[in-house]
Amino acid sequence: MTEELLKLENIYKNFGNVKVLKNVNIKINKGEVVALIGDNGAGKSTLIKVITGVHSPNSGKVFFKQEEVKIKSVAQSRKMGIEAVYQERALCDQQELFRNIFAGREITNSFGFLDIKKQRKEAEKILRDYIGFTSKAITVDSQVMGLSGGEKQGVAFGRSLYFNSDLIVLDEPTMGLSIQETEKVLNFVKGLKKENKSAIFIDHNIIHVYGAADRFIILDRGEVVGEFNKEDISREELVQKMIQLHESGKIKVEE
Amino acid sequence: MSSILNSYFVKTHKLEISITIIALVLFLIYFLGAPHVFTRFPIYRAFMQSMPFFGIIAISATFVVTLGEIDLSFPSIVGITSLIFGMVMTSTDGNVFIAFILATSLGMFAGLVNGLLVTKIGIPSIVATIGTLFFWRGLVNVISQGSGIAIVDVADDTWHHMIFVEKLFGKIPMQFIWFIVLTGLMQWVYRYHKFGNHIHFVGDNKASAQMMGINVDNVKIIAFVQLGFFSALAGIFTMYEMLYFWPTQGEGLMLTTLAAVFVGGTSVFGGKGTIFGTFIGVLIIGSLESGIVALGLSGFYVKFINGLMITVAVTVYALIQRRKN
Repeated sequence: MTEELLKLENIYKNFGNVKVLKNVNIKINKGEVVALIGDNGAGKSTLIKVITGVHSPNSGKVFFKQEEVKIKSVAQSRKMGIEAVYQERALCDQQELFRNIFAGREITNSFGFLDIKKQRKEAEKILRDYIGFTSKAITVDSQVMGLSGGEKQGVAFGRSLYFNSDLIVLDEPTMGLSIQETEKVLNFVKGLKKENKSAIFIDHNIIHVYGAADRFIILDRGEVVGEFNKEDISREELVQKMIQLHESGKIKVEE
Repeated sequence: MSSILNSYFVKTHKLEISITIIALVLFLIYFLGAPHVFTRFPIYRAFMQSMPFFGIIAISATFVVTLGEIDLSFPSIVGITSLIFGMVMTSTDGNVFIAFILATSLGMFAGLVNGLLVTKIGIPSIVATIGTLFFWRGLVNVISQGSGIAIVDVADDTWHHMIFVEKLFGKIPMQFIWFIVLTGLMQWVYRYHKFGNHIHFVGDNKASAQMMGINVDNVKIIAFVQLGFFSALAGIFTMYEMLYFWPTQGEGLMLTTLAAVFVGGTSVFGGKGTIFGTFIGVLIIGSLESGIVALGLSGFYVKFINGLMITVAVTVYALIQRRKN
Protein backbone atom coordinates (compact mmCIF):
# COMPACT_ATOMS: atom_id res chain seq x y z
CA MET A 1 0.00 0.00 0.00
CA THR A 2 1.62 3.23 -1.09
CA GLU A 3 0.85 6.39 0.76
CA GLU A 4 1.25 9.74 -0.89
CA LEU A 5 3.57 12.19 0.86
CA LEU A 6 4.03 15.11 -1.52
CA LYS A 7 2.14 16.08 -4.63
CA LEU A 8 2.75 19.05 -6.90
CA GLU A 9 -0.07 20.00 -9.24
CA ASN A 10 0.27 22.28 -12.27
CA ILE A 11 3.19 24.22 -10.85
CA TYR A 12 4.30 27.29 -12.81
CA LYS A 13 7.21 29.48 -11.85
CA ASN A 14 8.47 32.54 -13.71
CA PHE A 15 11.43 34.76 -13.04
CA GLY A 16 10.41 37.92 -14.85
CA ASN A 17 9.65 36.83 -18.38
CA VAL A 18 11.50 33.57 -18.09
CA LYS A 19 9.24 30.58 -17.54
CA VAL A 20 11.34 28.28 -15.44
CA LEU A 21 8.69 25.71 -14.53
CA LYS A 22 5.78 24.92 -16.81
CA ASN A 23 2.90 22.82 -15.60
CA VAL A 24 4.93 20.49 -13.42
CA ASN A 25 3.09 17.57 -11.85
CA ILE A 26 4.92 15.17 -9.59
CA LYS A 27 4.14 12.86 -6.73
CA ILE A 28 6.33 11.29 -4.07
CA ASN A 29 5.17 8.43 -1.89
CA LYS A 30 6.26 7.51 1.60
CA GLY A 31 9.48 5.53 1.65
CA GLU A 32 10.28 6.39 -1.95
CA VAL A 33 13.46 7.87 -3.38
CA VAL A 34 12.90 9.96 -6.48
CA ALA A 35 15.63 11.36 -8.68
CA LEU A 36 15.27 14.53 -10.70
CA ILE A 37 17.44 14.48 -13.78
CA GLY A 38 17.91 16.86 -16.63
CA ASP A 39 20.31 19.31 -18.18
CA ASN A 40 21.53 22.53 -16.61
CA GLY A 41 18.72 25.04 -16.72
CA ALA A 42 16.03 22.39 -16.89
CA GLY A 43 14.48 23.75 -13.69
CA LYS A 44 15.59 21.07 -11.24
CA SER A 45 16.96 23.45 -8.65
CA THR A 46 14.00 25.76 -8.96
CA LEU A 47 11.65 22.84 -8.46
CA ILE A 48 13.30 21.73 -5.24
CA LYS A 49 13.40 25.32 -4.06
CA VAL A 50 9.66 25.44 -4.51
CA ILE A 51 9.43 22.33 -2.36
CA THR A 52 11.69 23.73 0.37
CA GLY A 53 9.99 27.11 0.45
CA VAL A 54 12.83 29.21 -0.96
CA HIS A 55 10.63 30.17 -3.92
CA SER A 56 6.86 30.38 -4.10
CA PRO A 57 5.26 29.10 -7.30
CA ASN A 58 3.32 31.59 -9.46
CA SER A 59 0.49 29.12 -9.71
CA GLY A 60 -0.30 25.53 -8.93
CA LYS A 61 -1.02 23.54 -5.83
CA VAL A 62 1.20 21.78 -3.34
CA PHE A 63 -0.10 18.93 -1.21
CA PHE A 64 1.83 17.52 1.73
CA LYS A 65 0.44 14.51 3.55
CA GLN A 66 -2.69 14.92 1.43
CA GLU A 67 -3.35 18.43 2.64
CA GLU A 68 -2.99 21.50 0.50
CA VAL A 69 -0.21 23.72 1.80
CA LYS A 70 1.43 27.00 0.89
CA ILE A 71 5.11 26.78 1.71
CA LYS A 72 6.30 30.32 2.25
CA SER A 73 9.64 29.90 3.96
CA VAL A 74 12.37 27.41 4.69
CA ALA A 75 11.51 27.60 8.38
CA GLN A 76 7.97 26.52 7.54
CA SER A 77 8.96 23.63 5.29
CA ARG A 78 11.33 22.38 7.96
CA LYS A 79 8.60 22.52 10.53
CA MET A 80 6.35 20.47 8.25
CA GLY A 81 9.02 17.82 7.89
CA ILE A 82 10.80 18.74 4.67
CA GLU A 83 14.53 19.05 5.11
CA ALA A 84 17.08 20.14 2.54
CA VAL A 85 20.58 18.75 2.43
CA TYR A 86 22.66 20.95 0.20
CA GLN A 87 26.24 20.02 -0.39
CA GLU A 88 27.65 23.50 -0.46
CA ARG A 89 25.10 25.21 1.68
CA ALA A 90 24.22 22.66 4.31
CA LEU A 91 26.44 24.06 7.05
CA CYS A 92 28.31 27.21 8.03
CA ASP A 93 32.06 26.65 8.05
CA GLN A 94 33.30 28.80 10.90
CA GLN A 95 30.65 27.77 13.40
CA GLU A 96 30.83 24.81 15.71
CA LEU A 97 29.16 21.56 14.78
CA PHE A 98 26.60 21.63 17.56
CA ARG A 99 25.55 25.16 16.62
CA ASN A 100 25.16 24.05 13.00
CA ILE A 101 22.92 21.18 13.94
CA PHE A 102 20.53 23.47 15.79
CA ALA A 103 20.83 26.62 13.66
CA GLY A 104 17.38 28.00 12.98
CA ARG A 105 15.89 25.51 15.45
CA GLU A 106 17.76 26.41 18.60
CA ILE A 107 16.85 24.91 21.94
CA THR A 108 16.20 28.02 24.01
CA ASN A 109 14.54 29.22 27.18
CA SER A 110 11.58 31.53 26.92
CA PHE A 111 13.83 34.60 26.62
CA GLY A 112 15.54 33.15 23.57
CA PHE A 113 18.79 32.24 25.32
CA LEU A 114 20.36 29.02 24.12
CA ASP A 115 20.54 25.89 26.18
CA ILE A 116 24.13 25.20 25.19
CA LYS A 117 24.47 22.17 27.46
CA LYS A 118 21.47 20.43 25.98
CA GLN A 119 22.42 21.33 22.42
CA ARG A 120 25.88 19.85 22.90
CA LYS A 121 24.50 16.71 24.50
CA GLU A 122 21.94 16.16 21.76
CA ALA A 123 24.57 16.89 19.11
CA GLU A 124 26.82 14.22 20.62
CA LYS A 125 23.95 11.77 20.39
CA ILE A 126 23.39 12.67 16.74
CA LEU A 127 27.06 12.21 15.87
CA ARG A 128 27.12 8.84 17.60
CA ASP A 129 23.74 7.32 16.81
CA TYR A 130 22.65 8.76 13.50
CA ILE A 131 25.93 9.42 11.74
CA GLY A 132 28.25 6.94 13.36
CA PHE A 133 31.21 9.29 13.69
CA THR A 134 33.78 7.46 15.69
CA SER A 135 36.79 9.60 14.89
CA LYS A 136 38.07 11.36 17.99
CA ALA A 137 39.15 14.30 15.84
CA ILE A 138 35.55 15.37 15.28
CA THR A 139 33.65 16.59 18.30
CA VAL A 140 30.56 18.72 18.70
CA ASP A 141 32.85 21.70 19.27
CA SER A 142 34.76 21.23 16.01
CA GLN A 143 34.43 23.90 13.41
CA VAL A 144 32.76 22.56 10.31
CA MET A 145 35.71 23.82 8.26
CA GLY A 146 37.77 20.78 9.24
CA LEU A 147 35.26 18.22 7.95
CA SER A 148 35.43 16.48 4.59
CA GLY A 149 32.62 16.85 2.08
CA GLY A 150 31.18 13.46 2.98
CA GLU A 151 31.32 14.19 6.69
CA LYS A 152 29.45 17.44 6.13
CA GLN A 153 26.77 15.55 4.25
CA GLY A 154 26.66 13.07 7.09
CA VAL A 155 26.02 15.84 9.59
CA ALA A 156 23.25 17.25 7.42
CA PHE A 157 21.66 13.80 7.13
CA GLY A 158 21.96 13.22 10.85
CA ARG A 159 20.31 16.55 11.47
CA SER A 160 17.38 15.70 9.22
CA LEU A 161 16.89 12.33 10.91
CA TYR A 162 17.09 13.86 14.37
CA PHE A 163 14.39 16.36 13.50
CA ASN A 164 12.34 13.51 12.13
CA SER A 165 11.85 14.85 8.63
CA ASP A 166 9.58 12.92 6.29
CA LEU A 167 11.03 14.22 3.06
CA ILE A 168 14.69 14.87 2.51
CA VAL A 169 15.66 17.06 -0.43
CA LEU A 170 19.16 16.53 -1.77
CA ASP A 171 20.83 18.89 -4.22
CA GLU A 172 23.79 17.20 -5.90
CA PRO A 173 24.70 15.19 -2.81
CA THR A 174 27.70 13.50 -4.38
CA MET A 175 29.24 16.42 -6.23
CA GLY A 176 32.94 16.72 -5.58
CA LEU A 177 33.15 13.73 -3.25
CA SER A 178 35.68 10.92 -3.41
CA ILE A 179 34.45 7.50 -4.52
CA GLN A 180 34.37 6.15 -0.98
CA GLU A 181 32.51 9.14 0.32
CA THR A 182 30.05 8.97 -2.55
CA GLU A 183 29.42 5.38 -1.55
CA LYS A 184 28.67 6.48 2.02
CA VAL A 185 26.28 9.17 0.92
CA LEU A 186 24.42 6.83 -1.42
CA ASN A 187 24.14 4.25 1.32
CA PHE A 188 22.68 6.93 3.47
CA VAL A 189 20.05 7.68 0.84
CA LYS A 190 19.20 3.99 0.58
CA GLY A 191 19.03 3.77 4.37
CA LEU A 192 16.30 6.40 4.43
CA LYS A 193 13.87 3.95 2.91
CA LYS A 194 14.29 1.56 5.79
CA GLU A 195 13.06 4.33 8.07
CA ASN A 196 10.10 4.85 5.74
CA LYS A 197 11.43 8.31 4.86
CA SER A 198 11.25 9.75 1.39
CA ALA A 199 13.85 11.62 -0.59
CA ILE A 200 14.03 13.63 -3.75
CA PHE A 201 17.41 14.27 -5.22
CA ILE A 202 19.25 15.91 -8.06
CA ASP A 203 22.41 14.39 -9.38
CA HIS A 204 24.20 14.66 -12.68
CA ASN A 205 25.71 11.25 -12.42
CA ILE A 206 23.19 8.77 -13.80
CA ILE A 207 25.08 5.87 -12.33
CA HIS A 208 24.65 7.30 -8.82
CA VAL A 209 21.06 8.12 -9.53
CA TYR A 210 20.26 4.69 -10.84
CA GLY A 211 21.79 2.96 -7.85
CA ALA A 212 19.92 4.96 -5.25
CA ALA A 213 16.54 5.96 -6.66
CA ASP A 214 13.26 4.09 -7.17
CA ARG A 215 11.91 6.44 -9.76
CA PHE A 216 13.36 8.93 -12.22
CA ILE A 217 11.75 12.15 -13.35
CA ILE A 218 13.31 13.84 -16.36
CA LEU A 219 12.94 17.59 -16.62
CA ASP A 220 13.65 19.58 -19.74
CA ARG A 221 13.23 23.34 -20.06
CA GLY A 222 10.83 23.49 -17.18
CA GLU A 223 8.66 20.55 -18.14
CA VAL A 224 8.46 16.96 -17.03
CA VAL A 225 9.29 15.04 -20.20
CA GLY A 226 9.64 11.54 -18.82
CA GLU A 227 9.01 9.48 -15.75
CA PHE A 228 10.24 5.93 -15.22
CA ASN A 229 10.13 3.37 -12.46
CA LYS A 230 13.33 1.52 -11.87
CA GLU A 231 11.65 -1.84 -12.64
CA ASP A 232 10.72 -0.62 -16.10
CA ILE A 233 14.02 0.71 -17.31
CA SER A 234 17.62 -0.47 -17.26
CA ARG A 235 20.51 1.79 -16.53
CA GLU A 236 21.60 1.70 -20.17
CA GLU A 237 18.15 2.60 -21.38
CA LEU A 238 18.02 5.54 -19.01
CA VAL A 239 21.37 6.78 -20.28
CA GLN A 240 20.06 6.34 -23.83
CA LYS A 241 17.01 8.46 -23.04
CA MET A 242 19.20 11.24 -21.73
CA ILE A 243 21.42 11.18 -24.81
CA GLN A 244 18.34 11.23 -27.01
CA LEU A 245 16.99 14.20 -25.14
CA HIS A 246 20.27 15.96 -25.43
CA GLU A 247 20.53 15.42 -29.18
CA SER A 248 17.00 15.83 -30.42
CA GLY A 249 15.43 17.91 -27.72
CA LYS A 250 12.75 15.36 -26.96
CA ILE A 251 12.30 11.87 -25.69
CA LYS A 252 10.84 9.38 -28.10
CA VAL A 253 7.88 7.64 -26.59
CA GLU A 254 8.17 4.05 -27.64
CA GLU A 255 5.19 1.84 -27.85
CA MET B 1 52.82 24.65 30.96
CA SER B 2 52.23 22.79 27.73
CA SER B 3 49.07 21.31 29.19
CA ILE B 4 47.81 24.83 29.80
CA LEU B 5 48.63 25.79 26.21
CA ASN B 6 46.79 22.77 24.86
CA SER B 7 43.79 23.15 27.09
CA TYR B 8 40.36 23.50 25.57
CA PHE B 9 39.98 27.05 26.84
CA VAL B 10 43.23 28.24 25.26
CA LYS B 11 42.49 26.55 21.97
CA THR B 12 39.08 28.09 21.64
CA HIS B 13 40.10 31.53 22.91
CA LYS B 14 43.35 32.14 21.03
CA LEU B 15 42.15 35.44 19.70
CA GLU B 16 40.96 36.79 23.03
CA ILE B 17 44.19 35.75 24.71
CA SER B 18 46.39 37.35 22.03
CA ILE B 19 44.51 40.63 22.14
CA THR B 20 44.68 40.70 25.95
CA ILE B 21 48.44 40.16 25.83
CA ILE B 22 48.80 43.00 23.31
CA ALA B 23 46.85 45.31 25.60
CA LEU B 24 48.92 44.28 28.63
CA VAL B 25 52.16 44.92 26.73
CA LEU B 26 50.87 48.32 25.64
CA PHE B 27 49.97 49.31 29.19
CA LEU B 28 53.33 48.01 30.39
CA ILE B 29 55.01 50.33 27.89
CA TYR B 30 52.93 53.25 29.19
CA PHE B 31 53.74 52.29 32.73
CA LEU B 32 57.49 52.03 32.20
CA GLY B 33 57.68 54.97 29.81
CA ALA B 34 55.62 57.40 31.82
CA PRO B 35 55.45 56.16 35.42
CA HIS B 36 54.69 59.64 36.73
CA VAL B 37 51.40 59.50 34.82
CA PHE B 38 50.47 55.85 34.91
CA THR B 39 51.10 55.16 38.58
CA ARG B 40 48.44 57.70 39.49
CA PHE B 41 44.69 57.42 39.40
CA PRO B 42 43.63 60.48 37.34
CA ILE B 43 44.71 59.01 33.97
CA TYR B 44 42.56 55.93 34.60
CA ARG B 45 39.65 58.09 35.64
CA ALA B 46 40.07 60.02 32.38
CA PHE B 47 40.03 56.75 30.45
CA MET B 48 36.93 55.56 32.24
CA GLN B 49 35.31 58.88 31.51
CA SER B 50 36.03 59.04 27.78
CA MET B 51 36.12 55.42 26.57
CA PRO B 52 32.43 54.56 27.08
CA PHE B 53 31.27 57.16 24.54
CA PHE B 54 32.70 55.24 21.61
CA GLY B 55 33.00 51.94 23.49
CA ILE B 56 29.24 51.45 23.70
CA ILE B 57 28.94 51.94 19.96
CA ALA B 58 31.91 49.66 19.27
CA ILE B 59 30.31 46.81 21.24
CA SER B 60 27.08 47.26 19.32
CA ALA B 61 28.84 47.65 15.95
CA THR B 62 30.53 44.27 16.52
CA PHE B 63 27.17 42.68 15.71
CA VAL B 64 26.98 44.48 12.37
CA VAL B 65 30.59 43.73 11.47
CA THR B 66 30.10 40.04 12.35
CA LEU B 67 27.34 40.03 9.76
CA GLY B 68 29.96 41.00 7.19
CA GLU B 69 28.31 44.41 6.95
CA ILE B 70 29.46 47.87 7.99
CA ASP B 71 27.72 50.97 9.26
CA LEU B 72 29.42 54.30 8.61
CA SER B 73 26.41 56.40 9.50
CA PHE B 74 26.53 56.07 13.30
CA PRO B 75 28.48 59.34 13.86
CA SER B 76 25.58 61.21 12.28
CA ILE B 77 22.99 59.13 14.14
CA VAL B 78 24.74 60.27 17.33
CA GLY B 79 24.43 63.82 16.00
CA ILE B 80 20.73 63.80 15.13
CA THR B 81 19.63 61.90 18.24
CA SER B 82 21.67 64.20 20.50
CA LEU B 83 20.07 67.20 18.84
CA ILE B 84 16.59 65.82 19.46
CA PHE B 85 17.51 64.91 23.02
CA GLY B 86 18.75 68.47 23.63
CA MET B 87 15.73 70.08 22.01
CA VAL B 88 13.23 67.96 23.94
CA MET B 89 15.08 68.41 27.22
CA THR B 90 15.10 72.19 26.94
CA SER B 91 11.53 72.48 25.69
CA THR B 92 10.04 70.14 28.34
CA ASP B 93 12.03 71.60 31.17
CA GLY B 94 14.11 68.47 31.60
CA ASN B 95 11.63 65.64 31.04
CA VAL B 96 14.24 62.94 30.67
CA PHE B 97 11.73 60.17 29.93
CA ILE B 98 10.27 61.83 26.87
CA ALA B 99 13.68 63.00 25.68
CA PHE B 100 15.22 59.56 26.15
CA ILE B 101 12.38 57.74 24.38
CA LEU B 102 12.27 60.14 21.44
CA ALA B 103 16.04 60.16 20.96
CA THR B 104 16.45 56.39 21.13
CA SER B 105 13.38 55.84 18.92
CA LEU B 106 14.87 58.14 16.32
CA GLY B 107 18.14 56.22 16.60
CA MET B 108 16.30 52.95 15.99
CA PHE B 109 14.42 54.51 13.09
CA ALA B 110 17.72 55.60 11.52
CA GLY B 111 18.99 52.05 11.99
CA LEU B 112 15.81 50.70 10.42
CA VAL B 113 16.37 52.91 7.36
CA ASN B 114 19.91 51.52 7.02
CA GLY B 115 18.63 47.98 7.43
CA LEU B 116 15.89 48.38 4.83
CA LEU B 117 18.24 49.99 2.31
CA VAL B 118 20.65 47.08 2.72
CA THR B 119 18.18 44.19 2.74
CA LYS B 120 15.09 45.23 0.80
CA ILE B 121 16.66 47.57 -1.73
CA GLY B 122 19.90 45.64 -1.90
CA ILE B 123 22.42 48.47 -1.59
CA PRO B 124 25.78 47.35 -0.18
CA SER B 125 25.95 48.59 3.42
CA ILE B 126 29.13 50.61 2.86
CA VAL B 127 27.37 52.67 0.18
CA ALA B 128 23.97 52.92 1.86
CA THR B 129 25.44 54.14 5.14
CA ILE B 130 27.65 56.75 3.45
CA GLY B 131 24.39 58.13 2.12
CA THR B 132 22.70 58.17 5.51
CA LEU B 133 25.90 59.51 7.12
CA PHE B 134 25.53 62.67 5.05
CA PHE B 135 21.77 62.73 5.28
CA TRP B 136 21.51 62.76 9.09
CA ARG B 137 24.42 65.17 9.51
CA GLY B 138 22.85 67.44 6.91
CA LEU B 139 19.57 67.34 8.78
CA VAL B 140 21.39 68.26 12.01
CA ASN B 141 22.84 71.33 10.29
CA VAL B 142 19.51 72.34 8.80
CA ILE B 143 17.61 72.03 12.08
CA SER B 144 20.26 73.45 14.39
CA GLN B 145 21.32 76.16 11.93
CA GLY B 146 24.82 75.59 13.19
CA SER B 147 24.21 76.53 16.79
CA GLY B 148 24.53 74.41 19.90
CA ILE B 149 22.10 73.70 22.73
CA ALA B 150 22.98 74.01 26.39
CA ILE B 151 21.20 71.54 28.67
CA VAL B 152 23.07 72.60 31.77
CA ASP B 153 20.00 74.25 33.34
CA VAL B 154 17.79 71.18 32.96
CA ALA B 155 20.29 68.36 33.39
CA ASP B 156 22.96 69.41 35.86
CA ASP B 157 22.47 68.37 39.49
CA THR B 158 19.58 66.05 38.67
CA TRP B 159 19.08 62.39 39.53
CA HIS B 160 19.48 61.45 35.88
CA HIS B 161 22.76 63.32 35.62
CA MET B 162 23.86 61.31 38.63
CA ILE B 163 22.98 57.90 37.20
CA PHE B 164 24.41 58.68 33.78
CA VAL B 165 27.76 60.35 34.37
CA GLU B 166 28.52 61.25 37.98
CA LYS B 167 31.26 59.50 39.94
CA LEU B 168 30.52 56.44 41.99
CA PHE B 169 32.18 56.81 45.43
CA GLY B 170 33.58 60.02 44.00
CA LYS B 171 35.96 58.04 41.81
CA ILE B 172 34.41 55.76 39.16
CA PRO B 173 32.49 57.51 36.39
CA MET B 174 29.00 56.04 36.07
CA GLN B 175 29.26 55.81 32.30
CA PHE B 176 32.05 53.30 32.75
CA ILE B 177 29.86 51.14 35.00
CA TRP B 178 27.14 51.27 32.33
CA PHE B 179 29.69 50.39 29.70
CA ILE B 180 30.82 47.31 31.65
CA VAL B 181 27.24 46.20 32.28
CA LEU B 182 26.28 46.64 28.62
CA THR B 183 29.41 44.81 27.47
CA GLY B 184 28.53 41.87 29.69
CA LEU B 185 24.96 41.84 28.51
CA MET B 186 25.90 42.11 24.84
CA GLN B 187 28.53 39.39 25.19
CA TRP B 188 25.80 37.14 26.53
CA VAL B 189 23.48 37.98 23.67
CA TYR B 190 26.29 37.59 21.13
CA ARG B 191 27.25 34.08 22.17
CA TYR B 192 24.26 32.63 23.97
CA HIS B 193 21.14 34.18 22.49
CA LYS B 194 19.35 33.01 19.38
CA PHE B 195 19.86 36.45 17.82
CA GLY B 196 23.63 36.36 18.36
CA ASN B 197 23.71 32.84 17.01
CA HIS B 198 21.87 33.93 13.86
CA ILE B 199 24.25 36.89 13.47
CA HIS B 200 27.13 34.41 13.27
CA PHE B 201 25.42 32.15 10.75
CA VAL B 202 24.31 34.97 8.45
CA GLY B 203 27.79 36.52 8.56
CA ASP B 204 29.39 33.18 7.90
CA ASN B 205 27.34 32.22 4.87
CA LYS B 206 24.14 33.97 3.95
CA ALA B 207 22.89 31.25 1.61
CA SER B 208 23.45 28.46 4.13
CA ALA B 209 21.84 30.47 6.90
CA GLN B 210 18.78 30.93 4.74
CA MET B 211 18.67 27.22 3.94
CA MET B 212 18.69 26.55 7.68
CA GLY B 213 15.53 28.57 8.02
CA ILE B 214 17.09 31.75 9.40
CA ASN B 215 15.37 34.94 8.27
CA VAL B 216 18.46 36.68 6.91
CA ASP B 217 16.82 40.04 6.23
CA ASN B 218 15.30 40.31 9.69
CA VAL B 219 18.57 39.47 11.39
CA LYS B 220 20.32 42.22 9.43
CA ILE B 221 17.62 44.79 10.05
CA ILE B 222 17.61 44.12 13.81
CA ALA B 223 21.41 44.44 13.85
CA PHE B 224 21.24 47.91 12.28
CA VAL B 225 18.36 48.93 14.55
CA GLN B 226 20.23 48.02 17.73
CA LEU B 227 23.26 49.95 16.49
CA GLY B 228 20.97 52.96 15.98
CA PHE B 229 19.72 52.56 19.55
CA PHE B 230 23.18 52.36 21.07
CA SER B 231 24.41 55.29 18.96
CA ALA B 232 21.60 57.35 20.46
CA LEU B 233 22.50 56.10 23.93
CA ALA B 234 26.16 57.06 23.43
CA GLY B 235 25.00 60.50 22.30
CA ILE B 236 22.91 60.90 25.45
CA PHE B 237 25.86 59.95 27.67
CA THR B 238 28.01 62.51 25.85
CA MET B 239 25.33 65.16 26.33
CA TYR B 240 25.24 64.55 30.09
CA GLU B 241 29.02 64.69 30.31
CA MET B 242 29.31 67.93 28.32
CA LEU B 243 25.88 69.37 29.21
CA TYR B 244 25.94 70.79 25.74
CA PHE B 245 24.98 69.81 22.21
CA TRP B 246 27.11 70.98 19.34
CA PRO B 247 26.31 70.35 15.66
CA THR B 248 29.43 68.31 14.93
CA GLN B 249 28.77 65.97 17.83
CA GLY B 250 29.76 62.41 16.99
CA GLU B 251 31.95 63.27 14.03
CA GLY B 252 35.17 62.12 15.64
CA LEU B 253 33.78 58.69 16.51
CA MET B 254 34.15 56.88 13.21
CA LEU B 255 37.85 56.03 13.34
CA THR B 256 38.09 55.08 16.99
CA THR B 257 34.94 52.98 17.04
CA LEU B 258 35.61 50.88 13.95
CA ALA B 259 39.28 50.62 14.90
CA ALA B 260 38.30 49.13 18.26
CA VAL B 261 36.12 46.53 16.55
CA PHE B 262 38.77 45.49 14.04
CA VAL B 263 41.69 45.59 16.49
CA GLY B 264 39.48 43.49 18.76
CA GLY B 265 39.63 40.68 16.24
CA THR B 266 36.19 40.63 14.69
CA SER B 267 36.62 39.25 11.21
CA VAL B 268 36.15 41.69 8.36
CA PHE B 269 34.84 38.75 6.38
CA GLY B 270 32.04 38.10 8.85
CA GLY B 271 31.05 35.06 10.85
CA LYS B 272 33.55 35.41 13.67
CA GLY B 273 34.20 37.93 16.37
CA THR B 274 34.23 38.53 20.07
CA ILE B 275 32.66 41.18 22.26
CA PHE B 276 35.48 40.75 24.75
CA GLY B 277 37.96 41.46 21.94
CA THR B 278 36.14 44.67 21.08
CA PHE B 279 36.20 45.64 24.76
CA ILE B 280 39.98 45.22 24.83
CA GLY B 281 40.11 47.04 21.48
CA VAL B 282 38.36 49.97 23.16
CA LEU B 283 40.97 49.96 25.95
CA ILE B 284 43.77 49.95 23.37
CA ILE B 285 42.41 52.55 20.97
CA GLY B 286 40.98 54.71 23.77
CA SER B 287 44.31 54.89 25.59
CA LEU B 288 46.57 55.54 22.61
CA GLU B 289 46.24 59.31 22.46
CA SER B 290 46.98 59.99 26.13
CA GLY B 291 49.49 57.18 26.21
CA ILE B 292 51.48 58.50 23.29
CA VAL B 293 51.51 62.02 24.64
CA ALA B 294 52.45 60.82 28.14
CA LEU B 295 55.35 58.90 26.66
CA GLY B 296 56.69 62.21 25.40
CA LEU B 297 55.88 61.78 21.71
CA SER B 298 54.11 64.66 20.04
CA GLY B 299 50.40 64.45 19.38
CA PHE B 300 51.15 64.18 15.68
CA TYR B 301 51.98 60.52 16.23
CA VAL B 302 48.51 59.63 17.44
CA LYS B 303 46.86 59.02 14.10
CA PHE B 304 50.00 57.42 12.73
CA ILE B 305 50.21 54.84 15.51
CA ASN B 306 46.45 54.34 15.42
CA GLY B 307 46.68 53.56 11.71
CA LEU B 308 49.61 51.25 12.27
CA MET B 309 47.75 49.30 14.97
CA ILE B 310 44.69 48.82 12.80
CA THR B 311 46.59 47.82 9.67
CA VAL B 312 48.81 45.35 11.49
CA ALA B 313 45.91 43.87 13.43
CA VAL B 314 43.66 43.22 10.44
CA THR B 315 46.61 41.84 8.47
CA VAL B 316 47.47 39.39 11.25
CA TYR B 317 43.85 38.26 11.60
CA ALA B 318 43.49 37.84 7.84
CA LEU B 319 46.64 35.70 7.79
CA ILE B 320 45.39 33.55 10.68
CA GLN B 321 42.14 33.12 8.80
CA ARG B 322 43.93 32.12 5.60
CA ARG B 323 46.06 29.56 7.36
CA LYS B 324 42.97 27.96 8.84
CA ASN B 325 41.42 27.58 5.41
